[in-house]
Amino acid sequence: MGLRNYIDRNIAPHFHEGGKLERYYVFYEMFDTMLYSPSETTRNASHVRDGIDLKRVMMTVWFATFPAILFGLYNVGYQANLQIVEHGYNALPGWRTDLVAALTGYDPYSLLSNILHGAVYYIPILVTVYLTGALWEGLFAWKRGHEVNEGFFVTGILFTLILPPAIPLWQVFLGVSFGVVIGKEVFGGTGKNFLNPALVGRAFLFFAYPAQMSGDAVWTAVDNFSGATVLSLAQSGDINFSAGLTENAVTGGSAVDITWMQTFLGGIQGSIGETSTLAILLGAAFLLFTKIASWRIMLSTFLGVVAMAGVFNLVGSETNPMFAMPWYWHITAGGVAFALVFMATDPVSAAMTNTGKWIFGLLIGIMVVLIRVVNPAFPEGAMLAVLFGNLCAPLIDYFVIQANVRRRQRRTAGVA
Amino acid sequence: MFEHYLSMFIRAVFVENMALAFFLGMCTFLAVSKKVQTALGLGVAVIVTLAITVPVNNLILTYLLDEGAMAWTGIPALEQVDLRFLGLLSYIGVIAALIQILEMTLDRYVPALYNALGIFLPLITVNCAILGASLFMVERDYNFGESVVFGFGAGVGWAIAIVLLAAIREKLKYSDVPDGLKGLGITFIIVGLMSLGFMSFSGVQL
Repeated sequence: MGLRNYIDRNIAPHFHEGGKLERYYVFYEMFDTMLYSPSETTRNASHVRDGIDLKRVMMTVWFATFPAILFGLYNVGYQANLQIVEHGYNALPGWRTDLVAALTGYDPYSLLSNILHGAVYYIPILVTVYLTGALWEGLFAWKRGHEVNEGFFVTGILFTLILPPAIPLWQVFLGVSFGVVIGKEVFGGTGKNFLNPALVGRAFLFFAYPAQMSGDAVWTAVDNFSGATVLSLAQSGDINFSAGLTENAVTGGSAVDITWMQTFLGGIQGSIGETSTLAILLGAAFLLFTKIASWRIMLSTFLGVVAMAGVFNLVGSETNPMFAMPWYWHITAGGVAFALVFMATDPVSAAMTNTGKWIFGLLIGIMVVLIRVVNPAFPEGAMLAVLFGNLCAPLIDYFVIQANVRRRQRRTAGVA
Repeated sequence: MFEHYLSMFIRAVFVENMALAFFLGMCTFLAVSKKVQTALGLGVAVIVTLAITVPVNNLILTYLLDEGAMAWTGIPALEQVDLRFLGLLSYIGVIAALIQILEMTLDRYVPALYNALGIFLPLITVNCAILGASLFMVERDYNFGESVVFGFGAGVGWAIAIVLLAAIREKLKYSDVPDGLKGLGITFIIVGLMSLGFMSFSGVQL
């Protein structure tokens, strides 16, 4: 408790009322509550006694992303090392790869080399995101007189996980700034927004800088790379969906072999944290066990994907190979699993009512498959589908509540 | 044939959404979107207006204004007449007349909605979404059947957009928007973010 005492005695008084640094209280509060639980207690009789608060909720989600982060670190390095060693690509020039080359060399079979190669890309992104976020959050909190919200911890970590590994850091800065300021702070901060800020930031980057955010060249961090993702292979009809789960499913002269099991475990290229469905499922299990995320949304989104994929499978198409993609490929390929577990369940931008959550989830699941299959402009639909779901959530809630009001009115009318 | 109409309808509702893809009809869109109930009423009014005006304007174009359109009269002097320069004038005339009828109907049968819509009901006359739909019809050479489907679809798309916006604004009533952005400012930002979400449809091939 030495630190606590030290802060209370020597630092805190400056920031409290009457102290000389009084107006910077929000910044003090931000760091204090990051280290310790808040010391303020309710003076009068309190109504709710529970250890859970916004901070605890956010921290739980934060921990739930750890499997995805750790796997992402490994996989970014693994994919890059693999391409360098097996297929003769050159590492991206710069201090990052100089560091890897000096310390461990490029070796896809060495855990250390893979993790280091991943870390040199992931850590700068993470630092940029948190510094930028702290800047904006702090500025708004300071100027507008509210406390710094922990929401940004989650938004920030989720944002890093849905970026391609070699994205320029200035784009990361722009994306976070747009997501935090336009997606959240102009509405008054955490809990007041209507779209998921991490997705707003990513959608902004996606439409503003498509060359760095989509296509075949950006998902593996090596020089001049070009290799189709699972979804673009599927779109061009180069994936044989009837192959066994552990057999190579790629047809048509592509250099890489991809099995369904690989898309499940995550040994494929993609955004940093979304490749491994297994790691995401670990996080999902944790979120469901602690009852932080809504199982209704997760289940209904899953059902939406299964149902819509089933419909397309049944309809079939001569010209569009995506019609044949079965649901278990839809779930593991691309960002659906990540969006389903971490994005759709955001309690602020999702529907609030229980019935509404079912409709909301189904809508997202259906939209993901719809965008992937019938919209050739976007091979991946998870991000836009969740944003569209967020748009509709208030209206869904409105109708659910109105229906409830009418039902109750009928009930009381029957009694009277 | 049915498939063609269906894909046209879906395109008019989602892909080429009047409000969120073309940003047409903004004044009413921003002003009458504070409550879902009112927005629903206005949405229905716009659907009715569009579903009638676009086909009527199509008939006027095909049988009166277009080059050689009046050949059906059998009068030789009228066979070569091209009255397309009267297009804008006649479309607006049709729209204005229809709105008058709609206004009287609402006043008589749904006075609550009539009062809630206020000045914005007559203002539908100059709502660019409505004139825009008629002009799109001319530009894209729709036939009568197509213009019925297109008018209805464009109306439904606009209505969906305004109801969504109204629900979002109702939800955001309790949010803490900076003073300078209160009211219209934040609404513009919301509409921008909404059209980001509607981008999911752009590029859909039907």
